[in-house]
Amino acid sequence: MWKLLKIELFKIFKRPRTYIAFGAIAAIVFLFQIALWFDGKTYIELILSNIDASFDFSDQFKTRLLNGYFVCFAVLNILLIQMPLLVALIAGDVIAGEANMGTLRLSLTKPVGRTQYMLGKFFASSIYTVLLLLFLAVLALFGSILLFGTNDLVIFRSTSIHQMSRDDIFWRYIAAFGYAAVALTTVASLAFLLSVFAENSIGPIIATMSIVIVFTILSEMNIPLYDRTIKPYLFTTHMVAWKGFFYVRSNEEGATIKGSIENLPAILKSLSVLLIYIFLFVSSAIWIFKRKDILS
Amino acid sequence: MFIVFKRRQCSKYSLVALFFLFYFMKANAQTAEEIVQKIKMKLEKINDYEAEGKMKTNVAFIKAPLATVKVFYKKPDKLLILNQSGISFIPKGSVNININNVFVNMHAFDVIDAGRDNAGLRVIKLLPKDDTADIVLSTLYVDEKNMLVKKSKTTTKENGTYELEMNYAKFLEYGLPDRIIFSFNTKDYKLPKGITLDYDDGSEKNGDKLKNKRGTVEISYKSYIINKGIDSKVFNR
Amino acid sequence: MADIIVAKNLFKQFNEIKAVDDLSFSVPEGKIYGFLGQNGAGKSTTIRMLLTLISPTGGKIEIFGMDLKKHRKEILKRTGAIIERPDLYKYLSALENLRIFAVLSGIKITQKQLIDQLEKVGLSERANSKVKTYSQGMKQRLGIAIALIHDPQLIILDEPMNGLDPQGIADMRNLILHLSREMKKTILVSSHLLSEMELIADSMLIIDKGKKMVEGKMAELFAPSETIVELQTNHAAETYERILKTDLKKYILSRKGDNILFRIHRKNVPMLVTDLVKMDIEIISLSPKHSLENYFLSLTTENQHVEAFKD
Repeated sequence: MWKLLKIELFKIFKRPRTYIAFGAIAAIVFLFQIALWFDGKTYIELILSNIDASFDFSDQFKTRLLNGYFVCFAVLNILLIQMPLLVALIAGDVIAGEANMGTLRLSLTKPVGRTQYMLGKFFASSIYTVLLLLFLAVLALFGSILLFGTNDLVIFRSTSIHQMSRDDIFWRYIAAFGYAAVALTTVASLAFLLSVFAENSIGPIIATMSIVIVFTILSEMNIPLYDRTIKPYLFTTHMVAWKGFFYVRSNEEGATIKGSIENLPAILKSLSVLLIYIFLFVSSAIWIFKRKDILS
Repeated sequence: MFIVFKRRQCSKYSLVALFFLFYFMKANAQTAEEIVQKIKMKLEKINDYEAEGKMKTNVAFIKAPLATVKVFYKKPDKLLILNQSGISFIPKGSVNININNVFVNMHAFDVIDAGRDNAGLRVIKLLPKDDTADIVLSTLYVDEKNMLVKKSKTTTKENGTYELEMNYAKFLEYGLPDRIIFSFNTKDYKLPKGITLDYDDGSEKNGDKLKNKRGTVEISYKSYIINKGIDSKVFNR
Repeated sequence: MADIIVAKNLFKQFNEIKAVDDLSFSVPEGKIYGFLGQNGAGKSTTIRMLLTLISPTGGKIEIFGMDLKKHRKEILKRTGAIIERPDLYKYLSALENLRIFAVLSGIKITQKQLIDQLEKVGLSERANSKVKTYSQGMKQRLGIAIALIHDPQLIILDEPMNGLDPQGIADMRNLILHLSREMKKTILVSSHLLSEMELIADSMLIIDKGKKMVEGKMAELFAPSETIVELQTNHAAETYERILKTDLKKYILSRKGDNILFRIHRKNVPMLVTDLVKMDIEIISLSPKHSLENYFLSLTTENQHVEAFKD
């Protein structure tokens, strides 16, 4: 399995398209950081406009609010919507791309079990996903800290504001990135499954993105019919649970409790939903592939 | 008070009674204006101070950690609450946490004696003479014995009612509190879900209960540096 | 001599279409086995079943005496294949492609061994060039190198000469002969180049519409006892009609333009000549055409099920 994994990773990182994703992330993060560097105050004022009737926000407050941790959170908020496309770009190609190139039939005439073959490809896609996320983490977190420094992190939810002390943040990012890795692996496993059905990678990539977009819209809409029926089961509903690491508990007097997470059981439940999806997608892909006639 | 004199004890008891009568009459003779003046004179000794303390923010929709703050005051009406390194949500009207503000323009107010409250504090109402002023009414609850304002309620046109509660201990002689609790109105807070893309962990179901609430800021002072001189530039932030 | 491949009652159906229908054949060890059929006859489907790319709907395949379903890995470890064109990773070099497939073949191989393998197929100087810069012939040679990297006992080649120039075809032919004659490999080769198959195949299987038409040794299929004779005449259509009304009609194979083909025992050829002359048929030429091409066409055009001719 290790040898299979090595050659799959070798193939992934030898393709120029792999680096498009890394380049895209770097560009988006950089552009966002530059924009905030020059006009972050406007962005802050927009967010604070909701409550500036009740509080005094000095320039110093705004400057401190716009610190590296805040910028990183804002970057993740945006990028973790685009990331599924970059993940699907590779994961959707692992089988369909080989079928298109014709190398699939040659590979499967070798003494490698189809299950092993598929698992090697899936793990390679997952490792790629994690590396992409690590790259994002370095740029978004460390890059933002370098540019904007550190301070307390303030998260603006739809009906509440959560503030964490600067020494209570870094571990949350580690946990959040870890969770995001699982979330993106879910997307990778979906693209992986769809790749089995196609002989051209465009189909699985577009199909994956379409599903993610539609499900995300359903997850974000507040329609009672969907809230009760399908929303709890959509994987996109649970993909954003990384944010839960930044929702803190407070005591009776409203002061945040350091090191706390508002609803860890909810995050763990979301995590298990995602893991179930990964298992279902991957095992379905393998089951179908094992029975598939290779005609390409 | 009806005093019954018996011929035989007349001279002894009557002297005592007269003494007490005189005393209480003298005490009741402090008018609201006199009390306000005395407090003002006491507070006028403070030109400036730099205080260090811990600030607790208790607003329904804000979860914030305990903050270490410095409070700067300069006569007559400059006040700044500063979180030295971190972030603190300072409510509008926080300048009113210093009771001195009320006494700065005493000539602009009519002072009305409103008796005492249940706790025995002297209640003094200040009505602005100018109808166009933002302040509609200010009510002081005074510890007459120590000449300390224990509580104040100020109603404004723009920002509703502020309440200030002060506890005195270590800094009593300066008329400076150990602890203040400042409560204020908070407007609704809501951001569109499309902007926040929140994770629904089941904790934000009580949105309606967060509307039109009041928030409090509580500062516990550790130390004051009084009358050491503070540059006005400090307040330009 | 044992049969390396034994296929019994192979059957493959795609929806309504029977791609392979009750096909049985066996490939003897150490020989070159030709696999012929028109486009869509079921050759590729059969080959893909042998290589486990497609699952048979019915039937059984044994290779090296083992059931293919149960011993897939062991069998494939000893089998090399090229299916249609050798599609490779174009963005990788020959060396990298070879290394990948060596790993998939389950063998440990050093850099030197990889270079040696490329040298055998004449690609060592272009070992580090990306495959997308290769000609068709070079890709074919690389495909051969990949098929042989793990020294397989059985080699399955599906249309190995496609897209090659005459020199390339000759090279491929010589390679196949070398692998069989000198290295004692068993080779199953399908091709449309019947003339080439005639030159290299020891045995042959012809299929049409998924069914076996004929199977046998080349020497037996082209026994001296029968031949195909081609009559060239001016009025071929009229002559054809006239012959159909006589006893000679049983020898008629087909008519193409000015030519009429007869399939006839050699001993009856003089009789044919005599009868044609008696009928006043203008004979421009009468020549034997017992090539594989004509034999193949005769089978697949008429769709006759013919036993091997023997004396």
